[in-house]
Amino acid sequence: MKTAHPYIPNSAPEVQAKMMDEIGIKDIDELYADIPQSIRFAGKMDISALPCEYDLKRHMNRILDRNNSCEENLNFLGGGCWQHYVPAICDEINHRSEFLTAYAGEPFEDHGRFQALFEYASMMGELLDMDVVNVPTYDWSQAASTSIRMAARITGRGQALVADTLAPDRLSAIRNYCKSFVEIMMVKHCPDTGKMDLEDLKSKLSPEIAAVYFENPSYIGTIEDQGRTISDMAHADGALSLVGVDPISLGVLLPPSNYGADIVCGDIQPLGIHMQYGGGHAGFIATRDEKKFVMEYPSRLFGIEATSEKGEYGFGDVTFDRTSFGDRENAKEFIGTATALWGITAGVYLALLGPEGITQVGKTILQRSQYAAKKISQINGVRMPLEKGIHFKEFVVDFSPSGKTVKTINQGLLEKKIFGGMDISGLFPELGNAAMFCITEIHTKEDIDTLVQALDSIING
Amino acid sequence: MNKNTKLRKFHQAKWDEPIIFELGGKGERGILMPVAEKAIEAEIGDGISKLPAGIVRKKAPALPEIGQMQVLKHYLRMSQENLGADLNVDIGQGTCTMKYNPKINEQFAASHQFAELHPLQDESTIQGMLEIMYKTEHFLKEISGLDAFTFQPGGGSQAILGMATIVEKYHEAKGEGGKRDEIITTIFSHPSDYAAAAVKGYKIINIYQDENGIPDLAALKAAVSDRTAALFITNPEDTGIYNNKIVEFTKIVHDVGGLCGYDQANANGMLGITRAKEANFDLSFFNLHKTFASPHGCGGPACGALGVTRELAGFMPVPLVRFDGKAYTLDYNLPDSIGKIRCFYGSMSAVLKAYAWMMSLGDEGLKEVARIAVLNNNYLLKKILQIRGTSAPYAEGKHRIEQVRFSWEDLEKETGVSTFDVTCRMADFGFHMWSSHHPFVIPEPFTIEPTESYSKNEMDEYVAGLQQVSDEAYETPEIVKTAPHNSVIHRPKDDTLEDPLKWAITWRAYLKKCALGQRKRI
Repeated sequence: MKTAHPYIPNSAPEVQAKMMDEIGIKDIDELYADIPQSIRFAGKMDISALPCEYDLKRHMNRILDRNNSCEENLNFLGGGCWQHYVPAICDEINHRSEFLTAYAGEPFEDHGRFQALFEYASMMGELLDMDVVNVPTYDWSQAASTSIRMAARITGRGQALVADTLAPDRLSAIRNYCKSFVEIMMVKHCPDTGKMDLEDLKSKLSPEIAAVYFENPSYIGTIEDQGRTISDMAHADGALSLVGVDPISLGVLLPPSNYGADIVCGDIQPLGIHMQYGGGHAGFIATRDEKKFVMEYPSRLFGIEATSEKGEYGFGDVTFDRTSFGDRENAKEFIGTATALWGITAGVYLALLGPEGITQVGKTILQRSQYAAKKISQINGVRMPLEKGIHFKEFVVDFSPSGKTVKTINQGLLEKKIFGGMDISGLFPELGNAAMFCITEIHTKEDIDTLVQALDSIING
Repeated sequence: MNKNTKLRKFHQAKWDEPIIFELGGKGERGILMPVAEKAIEAEIGDGISKLPAGIVRKKAPALPEIGQMQVLKHYLRMSQENLGADLNVDIGQGTCTMKYNPKINEQFAASHQFAELHPLQDESTIQGMLEIMYKTEHFLKEISGLDAFTFQPGGGSQAILGMATIVEKYHEAKGEGGKRDEIITTIFSHPSDYAAAAVKGYKIINIYQDENGIPDLAALKAAVSDRTAALFITNPEDTGIYNNKIVEFTKIVHDVGGLCGYDQANANGMLGITRAKEANFDLSFFNLHKTFASPHGCGGPACGALGVTRELAGFMPVPLVRFDGKAYTLDYNLPDSIGKIRCFYGSMSAVLKAYAWMMSLGDEGLKEVARIAVLNNNYLLKKILQIRGTSAPYAEGKHRIEQVRFSWEDLEKETGVSTFDVTCRMADFGFHMWSSHHPFVIPEPFTIEPTESYSKNEMDEYVAGLQQVSDEAYETPEIVKTAPHNSVIHRPKDDTLEDPLKWAITWRAYLKKCALGQRKRI
């Protein structure tokens, strides 16, 4: 007698027989009668099963053992995915069956999902000082791409200026997404500060420009303090000011809306979401509460509303017909399953930290990263190419004077169980043979000193 | 549960939970964050004064201030105010393949050997993760017959965007980029087959179904031309009817030089039964959060694993995973690559869970998944059509594959009770019943997909719920029209969602609009 699979209750032969009787068939194959024999797959797929859950656990543990995680090593990699502390409550909530295994229930039976995502948007609104925030999209790249296309629709223009400090991967995704709608052109940065070259911006602004997009902090870690000027210049030419931002910086850094940004976007992975080999990303888009902005979002936007019961909170989709779920042919871009659970999680994170916590985490990051940069800069054989600029959690170190490549240095660090800075040598020629180190609130003084000593011994013996 | 009617005296948790900004009190703390050591403070100062004054935030964000247990409680209460597949018989969310998401797989994903991996770690330190990606790709190649997969798309819709981008690049490479500006899809394919392809600038042509419920072959013949870039199609479509002319479809498109993309977001009835390859598709994608048992998470994280034939492999987004018999590596050397769709490599939790799920089933188990999903569906088809007021338009008397789009048209005509009313009332018994994607080609639609996960008893319970609501519609329609009565909340009023003066997408916007008298406080 065949053994039923635990995930397939009706693979039990007795139940199956009853159901086949009910349908009036002798063999399940009859149900596939519409599929022509010529395209039926008669072979065996090369996928062999493990006999039971215990065997699966042994098998998976063996594979996972071949990974060497950032918990077992000292990690200084950033570059778009960052190791921050994840409070236990964040995991507790996103592991709850009711959230984890839900999908698309109605506003009454899935009230919790609607409220949790409304609250996420509301807390992000406080952090960003803006009144509209979307249900999260795939990642920062998608959020930036959509922000640019929103700006193009709002202004009716077809070109966008983008800071050339952008991550190459992000630029690639933006170009892919905007192709044939918005031409992407680059604005230079000042090589010793990482800030936007305002002369270059000025020369490129024109009545064709829909938006100026820059990030704060930039991909190479530097803080842009000319935000107000950039926004004013963009606005003077009828363009919108778009800013990508690391939300964990906003306890200490001014939110972009306060220096003129019209659309703000970024990634919520730093807010309580594990790195997961790059799988923990989710993008946000925020604007002012004006019809011209709201109507251009492709995303779902949950609004608070009354129900037939007095005093009861309910939620629903604001202007659903904007979306491709509402009107596939006239939709603003498209919408689909993206990253809702990470939105709920980031909400938990912000609720836990509160105003004091988000300020503290920003301050600790600034102090520890400034300390690390200072100590590393004192090592013989390194150069800090962006020393005249300011940074948040990431900074660039040029190892050219040491005569050693980043690869060699990182190999030496790896032997000491340290994941060194991201190798960006070649990406920005003026930065030299450079690595980008990421220091967050998780790095203690001891961790940083360990890194500095290791670097010193690798470079200077 | 009433043993005779199989109905539960259900009431969903209702906590009447305030909005988080209404909770807590000044000075309460949910968690303390690490503080820099005294030695660092002494050497560096407060860190903030090094910043130019103009960039420093003066006023802390007005986030709530709440103790840890109270934050936990708030979110746990909201979780209880949510149905999930672990709790309800989630067969009413057709097209979405709501199945069991094994708990053991959650343990793997929670391990620091997965959760605490940085995507840029040295390849020698992530051999396990690369092995999982490589083998998952191999399994999907076996299931589809295609030659290369990427996990970058963060959902089915982004996979469609990925397909459209590859299609664009393919025609550009052949020097036909400007000319081939049309993509053909069908009205019963997912809305994103239209909308996400349109994002690339394509003009989209909808093919409607013929009298048998399959896409109209004559309409396809009329639609193709030297402007055709591709066909994006599901099969079976949302009706659950298999398009038995699919090989003719792909041939017609290939004959005019177009590519064929198979939307297999939901492939649950097809595993090991028939493949993209045999129907001559060039591209396809699988939603790992649907067919492959990664949880839906209220709408992501998700993965649309995108596969192509050898001819198109060079256009794939970078990187791809390679194995030389000893070590796994990431290959960025694809000169014709479309570049990046999403950052890094995609939603890796979905890949990890899909791998574990396939390993727990194997070739025979996966075929069993498909066969039982189809058996369950046809069992439900039989049972549901016995309920007064229902119908299953098209293909009368024929079997369906993994789902059916039913109609309450008769019920609505005879009682005035609509699909939405039934949905509201089903919630009173702990059931969800979804309608359909727009447009509602089938009037008063509802779409049922039982997958392989639900037992016969559970399906009988769901049918009992539908039976009860139908009986009520004919006998006491008011109770249906005023439902839900036992859900978390009552019917939303939907009177503030379209008006810019009234809509409130954040709490702060709500407070402002109330203060300005633009809307009333709830």
